[in-house]
Amino acid sequence: MKNCREITRLLSEAQERELSLSERMGLRMHLAMCRGCRNFAEQMATLRKICRAYARRDEGNSGRE
Amino acid sequence: MVEDSGTKSGEVGRNLAHAAQGEAAHLQDPVYLEELRRQLQRFAVLQLGDADLAEDAVQEALLGALKSARSFNGRAALKTWVFAILKNKIADLLRARGRQPDAQSLLSSDEEHRDLDELFNARGHWRRDERPAHWEDPESAVHDRHFWRVFEACLDRLPGQQARLFMMREFIELETPEICAAAEISVSNLNVTLHRARMRLRECLENNWFQAGEAREES
Ligand SMILES: [Zn+2]
Repeated sequence: MKNCREITRLLSEAQERELSLSERMGLRMHLAMCRGCRNFAEQMATLRKICRAYARRDEGNSGRE
Repeated sequence: MVEDSGTKSGEVGRNLAHAAQGEAAHLQDPVYLEELRRQLQRFAVLQLGDADLAEDAVQEALLGALKSARSFNGRAALKTWVFAILKNKIADLLRARGRQPDAQSLLSSDEEHRDLDELFNARGHWRRDERPAHWEDPESAVHDRHFWRVFEACLDRLPGQQARLFMMREFIELETPEICAAAEISVSNLNVTLHRARMRLRECLENNWFQAGEAREES
């Protein structure tokens, strides 16, 4: 059974590669009972969106609304 | 793309010429180039801490890549190439300034270990007050310039190597093998570093934006 520390590592790696079936199953079991890691999983996706938006933001707009 | 127009030899030749041009077509696509330039600019500014220096470096890198336009087989290859040029320029500039990027990343590795221990208990579970919360409405944050200020401040707090690798991955959108080659590190090294960068960033964003000033109900 993986702990939260290991789960966050898997969730981070999932941003770089596809997880194996057994990794995904371990993940799903943990997430079903751990709200902290569920939130963390959502945040990894959000963080990626934020970074993409940031890198593509028009420099000229950065000082305006 | 190239369809039925009959395969007379003259047309085949024309199609081939088209395909050859197509290889470098993205270099003539102003929208694509501008987007690429922005990504590189973000990266360079955060590495150099100087917008003018960064702009020059990006300009030179793009010009350098345009010169060897023929050898690219697509956008990914172009991006990798431009980025490699830019990275070298940034390294030169940092060296000229006397900052030692490697010393900096060595220093940070101890600090990084301590970091994770503060977040988890001995059994590797979240400490109560470190447990990630639900982020309300992240979509609207990206339209708020105050949010971007917080985001930049959080990026600034990352140790050098974490920031560099994280930006290669998330801003320049390089894939694992490209980053490992450019930074001369192993895959597991990269994974560990990205994990730590994300842990830090999410915590910083949560504390300073998503939960800042809100006594949120912890059900
Ligand atoms: Zn957990």
